[in-house]
Amino acid sequence: MSELNTPGTAVPLEQSPIAPKPPGRIRQALDSDIVYSYTRSPVTIIASIIALLLILMAVFAPLIAPYNPFNPASLNLMDGFTPPNSTSFSGNYFALGTDHQGRDVLSTIMYGLRVSLFVGALATLFAMAIGISLGLAAGYNGGTLDAVIMRIADIQLSFPAILIALLIFGIARGLIPPSQQEGAAVWVLIVAIGLSNWAQFARTVRGATMVERQKDYVSAARIMGVHPIVILVRHVLPNVMGPVLVIATIGLALAIIEEATLSFLGVGVPPTQPSLGTLIRIGQQFLFSGEWWILLFPAITLILLALSVNLLGDWLRDALNPKLR
Amino acid sequence: MLAFILRRLAQSVIVMLVVALIAFMVFRYVGDPIASMVGVDTRLEDQEIMRDRLGLNDPFYVQFGRFIGNAVRGEFGISYRLQQPVSQLILERLPATIELAFASALIALVFGVGLGVFTALKRGSWLSGFIMSASLVGVSLPTFLIGIGLIYIFAVELQWLPSFGRGQTVDLGFWRTGLLTESGLRSLILPAITLSLFQLTLIMRLVRAEMLEVMRTEYIRFARARGLSQRAIHFGHALKNTLVPVITITGLQLGSVIAFAIVTETVFQWPGVGSLFINSVQVVDVPVMAAYLMFIALVFVVINLLVDILYYVVDPRLRVDAAGGAK
Amino acid sequence: MTSALTRIGAALLASSILVSAASAETVRWARASDALTLDPHSQNQGVTHNFAHHIYETLVDRDVEGNLQPRLATEWAVSEEDPTVWVFTLRQGVTFHDGAEFTAEDVVFSLDRARSEKSNMRQLHVDVESVTAVDDHTVEVKMAGPSPLYPNNLTNTFIMDKTWSEANDVVEVQDYAAGEDNYAVRNTNGTGPYVLTSREVDVRSVLTLNENHWAEEAPAVTEIIYLPIAENATRIAALLSGEVDIVQDVPVQDVERLSSTDGIKVETGPENRVIYFGYKFGEEPLASSNITDRNPFNDPLVREAMHLAIDRDAIQRVVMRGQSIPTGVANPPFVAGWTEELNAYSAPDLERARELLAEAGYPDGFTVTLDTPNNRYVNDEAISQAVVGMLGQIGIQVTLASRPVAQHSPLVTSNQTDFYLLGWGVPTFDSAYVFNDLIHTKDGSYGAYNGGLYSNPELDEMIQSLGTEVDTAVRDATVAEIWATVQEDRVLLPIHNQVLAYAMRDDITLAVHPENQPMLTTVTFGE
Repeated sequence: MSELNTPGTAVPLEQSPIAPKPPGRIRQALDSDIVYSYTRSPVTIIASIIALLLILMAVFAPLIAPYNPFNPASLNLMDGFTPPNSTSFSGNYFALGTDHQGRDVLSTIMYGLRVSLFVGALATLFAMAIGISLGLAAGYNGGTLDAVIMRIADIQLSFPAILIALLIFGIARGLIPPSQQEGAAVWVLIVAIGLSNWAQFARTVRGATMVERQKDYVSAARIMGVHPIVILVRHVLPNVMGPVLVIATIGLALAIIEEATLSFLGVGVPPTQPSLGTLIRIGQQFLFSGEWWILLFPAITLILLALSVNLLGDWLRDALNPKLR
Repeated sequence: MLAFILRRLAQSVIVMLVVALIAFMVFRYVGDPIASMVGVDTRLEDQEIMRDRLGLNDPFYVQFGRFIGNAVRGEFGISYRLQQPVSQLILERLPATIELAFASALIALVFGVGLGVFTALKRGSWLSGFIMSASLVGVSLPTFLIGIGLIYIFAVELQWLPSFGRGQTVDLGFWRTGLLTESGLRSLILPAITLSLFQLTLIMRLVRAEMLEVMRTEYIRFARARGLSQRAIHFGHALKNTLVPVITITGLQLGSVIAFAIVTETVFQWPGVGSLFINSVQVVDVPVMAAYLMFIALVFVVINLLVDILYYVVDPRLRVDAAGGAK
Repeated sequence: MTSALTRIGAALLASSILVSAASAETVRWARASDALTLDPHSQNQGVTHNFAHHIYETLVDRDVEGNLQPRLATEWAVSEEDPTVWVFTLRQGVTFHDGAEFTAEDVVFSLDRARSEKSNMRQLHVDVESVTAVDDHTVEVKMAGPSPLYPNNLTNTFIMDKTWSEANDVVEVQDYAAGEDNYAVRNTNGTGPYVLTSREVDVRSVLTLNENHWAEEAPAVTEIIYLPIAENATRIAALLSGEVDIVQDVPVQDVERLSSTDGIKVETGPENRVIYFGYKFGEEPLASSNITDRNPFNDPLVREAMHLAIDRDAIQRVVMRGQSIPTGVANPPFVAGWTEELNAYSAPDLERARELLAEAGYPDGFTVTLDTPNNRYVNDEAISQAVVGMLGQIGIQVTLASRPVAQHSPLVTSNQTDFYLLGWGVPTFDSAYVFNDLIHTKDGSYGAYNGGLYSNPELDEMIQSLGTEVDTAVRDATVAEIWATVQEDRVLLPIHNQVLAYAMRDDITLAVHPENQPMLTTVTFGE
C-alpha cells in the first residue's frame, strides 16, 4: 500500500516557479520511456490486448452477441442446459452452451461483461471524484479539515470494502420503495462500491498536494491571488494524476471483483440482467451436477478481465515510478 | 504524552459512536426482523404483539439510546434468530475466527516475505516475473471462487482434506481450539489458504518494493563495498530493514482479515463470527449484526490506537508533530 | 493426550457395549440450517420442530403418509357428553430424560404454556378454552366451539415436564424482547427417543439414544450428530467426501449426480407444499405497471391469458429437473379437498393467450414487477425467472425483483406487491387452512397471506362456516364449492407441488417426510 503512495513524492520539477502549466504525468506518460517499457514487456502487451478485446466485446455486445439474453421473451426454457458446441432442443446452436434458463452462455458473458465493466468503471470514477476532491481539500487546507477527512479515510480504510458496501446496500434497501429497487440496483451497487474505495485516492492526492503546496510556484500563484481551485486543478492535479491513474486501474479490478463478491452474497444486480459475478453465483450451483460450462466460462472471463487490468496497473505503477525502473 | 493519548482516545470513542449509529440505523431498516422470526403462518396480530414486545414500535432515538446503553455494558440483547445473548454467541465464535485469521496471517507472512525477497533479489529473472504475474491471479480471483475450487479439488476429487467445519475441537474452558487435534488442523488448511492469498500478495509486493528501495540505499552499497557476503547483506541488513513496515502492515491488516473472513467462513462453514454475521444478515438478526459491526470497529480502533502509541514512543519526531493530527 | 492404552481401553469398552446393541450406529445428519431454539414452544418453524421431535414428543404425530398416529396420547375422541370437548388418553409408563414420570399434569402444563401469550405456537390453540386433567392419564381440552380437526393442530406441540420447568424457571416461554435468557433454550428434558448430549449452535449437536424410551423397538441409530451446513456446494461436497451420512436439503440439480455416485443414494418424495403466484385484485392501478388507469390483473381475460402462457411441464423438466409435481390448484394432494379434476391444468397456448390479452384491451401487453424470494423454496428465483420469460412471450414485460425471504414476505403481508411468488404448506392437512390465509378477505386473523387482496364475501361466509361444521359431508361439500369458485376466478396461479430429496450413504434408508420432518428413528441400515 505504501508502494502506491511513493510516486507522488518523486515529482521532478525544474520549471520556473510560475510556469503556466507544469508538464504533468500524463504528458510524460506519452514520452518514450513509457512506450519503451511497454514494448519491452510482453506480458503487458498481452494483457492490454486481452483487456481491449474484452472491452470491445462488452461495448459491441448488442451487435456481435449471437442472442440477446436480456430479452426474456426470446428465451426458450426447453433449451436449458444445452452443453457447449451443440444444438439445443429448439434447434439452435450454442457455442458455449446454455444456462438453466436456456440463455446462451456466450451472449450472457458478453452482456455480463458490459454490466460488470459499467459498474466497475462508474464506481471507480465515483470513488476517484470523491477521493480527489477530498484529498485536494485536505492537503491544501490542512488543519482541522485535513484531520477530519483523513480520520474518516482511516476508518474507511480499516473496514473491508465488502462490509461497507453491504452497509450501503442495506441503507439503500431501507430507503428506496420496493417497487423501484430493481431499477436502482445497479446504481446502488455503483455508489456502494464507489464509497467503499475512495480513501486510497484521498490519501495519495492529499500527500502529493501537501508536497506541491510548499513548492514556490504554488506560493507565488497564491500571492498573485489565483483562486485556490484554479491552483489545485491547474497546477496540483496534473502532478498527482500518475499515481491516481495507477490506483484507478487497480481500483477497477478491485471494483469488478467486489461486484462479483456482492453478487455472490446475493446483493447484486437482478438475475434477469446478470453481471459476471451473478453468472458465477448462478453457475456455482451447477458445480456438482455436471453443467460445468455455466460456471467455468464466466469465471474464466472474470479472471481474465481482472488479471489483465491488474497487470496493466502493475506495469503502469512501475513505469511511472522512476525509482523502480 | 498523556494529552496525545487522551486525544486519540476521544477520537476512538467518537469513531465507535458513529459506527454504532450506522450499525444500528442500517440494520434497523434492512428487512423486517419480525418476518424472519416467525413461522410463515403466524397471524398478523401476533406479529404486532411481538413488534411491541421487542420495542420495534418505539421512536428511533429511544431504540438507539437503549442500544448504546446496553452496548457499553457489553450487552447486545438476545439474538432474534438463536435466542441467546449476543455477546455470548460472539465470544463462543471468536476463537474459531481468531485461529483462522492467525493461521492465514502466518501463511501470508511466511510465503509473502519469502517470495517478496526472492522476487526482489532475482528481479528480471523469468521465475520472479512469473511469480509476480501469478500473484496477480491470486488477487484477480474472487475469494469465494478460490474456496469452491479448493473444496472441489482437495475435498471432493482427491478427498485429502475436509470440506467444511473445524473438525474435532478441544474445549479449554475459555477457548475452544481446533489446533490440538489432527482433524482440527486438517480442517484449517483449506480455509486458511483461501483467506491468506490476498494478504500474501499484498505482503509479497510490499516486501519486494521495500527491499528494492533498501537495496538502493547508501548503507547497503557501503556494506557491499566493505565486502560483506551477499547473504549477510540481503538477510542481515536489507530484510531486517524491510520487516518493520511489513509487520506493521500485517498487524493492521489482522483486523481486516477477521472481517474478510466473512466470505471464507461462509464457503467453508467455518463456525466463526463472520459466518455468524452472514447468517444473521440473511434473517435480519439486528442485535447480532449490530454487535458484529461494533466488534469489528473495536478491533480496529484498538489496533490503531496501539500502533499510534507505539509509533509515538518509538519515533520522537512524531511528538513534535503530534498536533498535526492524522498520520 | 490419547495414549495407546486409553485407546485400547476405549475400544474394549465400545465393543462391550456393541454386544448389547448389535447395530450401534452413529449418523451424521446435515441440513442447511440449525434449529432456532430448543425451547419447544418458542418458534413455530419447521427445522426447529424437526430437531425437537427427536428429544421431545407430541400427543399425536404424523407418519410419512400424513396420517395421524398415536404418540404420547394413545387415543383421542370428542367427548360423548359435550361436542366441544376433546378427550386424550395418555400413554402409561413414560418417563422424562431426568427420570420423572410423565402424567396428565405435564400435558396440562405444556398445553397451557403453548397457548400462553409469549408462545409462538399460540395460534394453533386459539380455540382452546381450558385444559384439565381428569386423572393421571386422561386430559380434557375444552374448545370454544365444536372443533372436529383440533388434533391436527397438535403434531408440533411438545410436552415438557412440569416439575423440571418449575425448578429451572422456564414456566413461561422466553421473552427475548425483555432480553431474558432462558434455561430451556439450551437445555432439554423430553420424553423422546434421544437425549441431547452436546450442542454448539450452528455448528454441531450430538444426540444419544434414550435407553429408557417407551417404544418397544429401539431405533437403529444410536447416536446422531447434527451438522448445519448453509452453503449448498459445501453440504454436497461433505456428503461426496464421506464427511456426513445424510443430507436433508439437496438442491434439485444435484439429485442426478448424487444418485449416480457410488455409495450414495437419493430418496425423493412429495412435500406437502404448493408453489404458486399471486396477483393484485381490485380496481386500483398497479404500482409497478405502465397501465396507470386500471388494473390489468383484475380482468378475468388477463388472468386466463397468464394461465395459458405458463408451461408448467417445462418448468418441471428444466428448472426443477423433474423434481416437482406440476399442478393446477394451490392445494397439495395430501390435503383434504384435493381432487384429480382440480389438479388438472391446461396445456400452454400462446396464440390464444395473446388473443385474450388483445381482447382485454392490451394488444401490446403491459409491464409489471414480479417479487420473488430467493432463499426460501426450491429454486424459487429460477422459477420466477422462467415465468418472466413465458409471460414475455405474450407481451407482458415483467421485471424481476428478487429478495431474501426476510424482505420478501413483509411485501406480501403488507400488500406492497403487485405480483409475487409464494409457497404454502398445510400442516393441518385440511383445505380450511389454505382458505383462511390465502382466500378469505384480509381481515383480522383471516387472509394474512392474501397479498392479492382477493375478496369475495360469499366465500368468506362459507370459509368461516368450516371452522365449526361437524357434519363431515356438509363440510366436504362446502370445501368443494369454495375450490370451484377459487379455480373459476383464478385467484391464484399454481405452478407445482414441491418434491423433497434426501441424499444418504447407500446402506442407509430414510424415507421422505411430507412435512420435511423426518425422524431418524425410522432410519434402517443394510442394502
